Amino acid sequence: MNTIDHHWQRFTLKQKLSRYAVYLVLVIAFVQSIQSVEVIPEFLLDAPEQMADMFSRMWPIDFAYYPDTVHDAMVETLNIATLGTLITLIFAIPLALMNASNIVNSVWCHWISRFFLVSSRSVNSLVWALLFVSIFGPGVIAGVLAIAFRSIGFVGKLLGEAIEEVNMGSIEALKATGASWMSILLKGYWPQVLPAFFSIVLFRWDINVRESAVLGLVGAGGIGVVLDDSMNLFQWDRVAMSLLAIFIIVILAEIVVVNIRKRLI
Amino acid sequence: MAGINASQNRENPFKQNWFVTAIWLLVICYVVYSFNAMGLSWERFNDGLGHASNLLGRMVPPNFSRWSLLMSGLIESLEIAVISSICGIFISLFLGLFAARNMMPSWISTPVRTLIALCRTFHPVIIAILFVKSVGFGALAGILTLVVASVGFIAKLFAEAIEEISLKQVEAIRATGAGFTSIILFSVMPQVFSRFIGFSTYQLDSNLRNSTMVGIVGAGGLGGTLFSAFQRFDYDFVAAILIIIIALIMFGEFLSNIVRRIFR
Repeated sequence: MNTIDHHWQRFTLKQKLSRYAVYLVLVIAFVQSIQSVEVIPEFLLDAPEQMADMFSRMWPIDFAYYPDTVHDAMVETLNIATLGTLITLIFAIPLALMNASNIVNSVWCHWISRFFLVSSRSVNSLVWALLFVSIFGPGVIAGVLAIAFRSIGFVGKLLGEAIEEVNMGSIEALKATGASWMSILLKGYWPQVLPAFFSIVLFRWDINVRESAVLGLVGAGGIGVVLDDSMNLFQWDRVAMSLLAIFIIVILAEIVVVNIRKRLI
Repeated sequence: MAGINASQNRENPFKQNWFVTAIWLLVICYVVYSFNAMGLSWERFNDGLGHASNLLGRMVPPNFSRWSLLMSGLIESLEIAVISSICGIFISLFLGLFAARNMMPSWISTPVRTLIALCRTFHPVIIAILFVKSVGFGALAGILTLVVASVGFIAKLFAEAIEEISLKQVEAIRATGAGFTSIILFSVMPQVFSRFIGFSTYQLDSNLRNSTMVGIVGAGGLGGTLFSAFQRFDYDFVAAILIIIIALIMFGEFLSNIVRRIFR
């Protein structure tokens, strides 16, 4: 018994080695990237001056620009975010049901739904917007569809996980009464996932408000179009106005979502 | 017979909830209103579907012939993601600590929390535009953008993780007469480290996604290649780039799963 001499160690040798391997790979990747990335040092040194120049051009914010253009564009942005979130549900709910193993018990269905959910999440919303702009032409419809397709992965994945966590007791009780498939879904699953459903949708809406503000940069409608126009004309005071409007809307959306979630849950 | 049908007036468990019905009605009204307000119509949609089949047809054999252009964009994206993640994680380690209200007095934590919140408000693309203006086109603007985005995300979650730790171990270490650095290293870090690794790998993933996108506004990486391919209507090249991006992101998720398993 040499318990006293035994030296306590938090990790086994294998754990230690694999951790050091991760650190080593990170350091190598970092050094390699720093050496090969094309950064022009003069630009970095020049940055504070350029930054100061930009803010000085932004300064008297052009508030007169708000009623002409920014207001309508802002309303359009909010509409894109909201309508996009609603359209997402049409696709996300069936995919979430297919992805939940306690509803559909087939490996093939899981793989199909997972393929759609992952590809929706991997493609960025700006790239979705580029695709839809080239299909439907520049305008709101491309923005709405880009937001909708981008959100499917997020909403579908989280909703599927929420459905899998449902307490099966009430479902079995409903099945024992001989309830139909539809009424088991509506009266057994739906009341249990309701709080999760609303918090997921609200959370996604909050993200979508931020994302729809930039879709206009590729021509998909909303405040981004106004921002892009004034930037191309170097009217930095108008850019500042648009940025301020986006800032206020994002903060307001967050406050609204936090308050509704407090009420609901 | 009274015992069998005792409760004549029992409550219907599935009765209509008028509040919820009103909300659904409001949603329907909103959809109708917004379709009108934005001038969306079925003809426009139908018209687009014809273009869609045309577009998909032109995408179909993905064109990998400009392989070197694709690879240089991909490598630049990877470099942006690696550098910005590591710098962002390093900065957030300190900012997260300073923002935790149980570790720091409020005159330090409040300004730091405001700074973190500011980093989170704007979409990365907007931050990228501002950095492209101040440091010029290229990878540097992309790196700075993603550093800001990472700080906004990791520092906030890290501060929240530190606020949830148990203070007993902090007291125990303090009782041995340890200095501030040792308290942080031996009582706070062991409690939050695995969660911190979780946030960091998630952010590495999301930086990988975003590094393929900031190029659209000129901040370097594969996004610039993608945007110019769209503008030149080279849809077969677009398809090749999209396949590469999806493969890159799946590879990133695979790697971060391995890292998470090692640090569990």
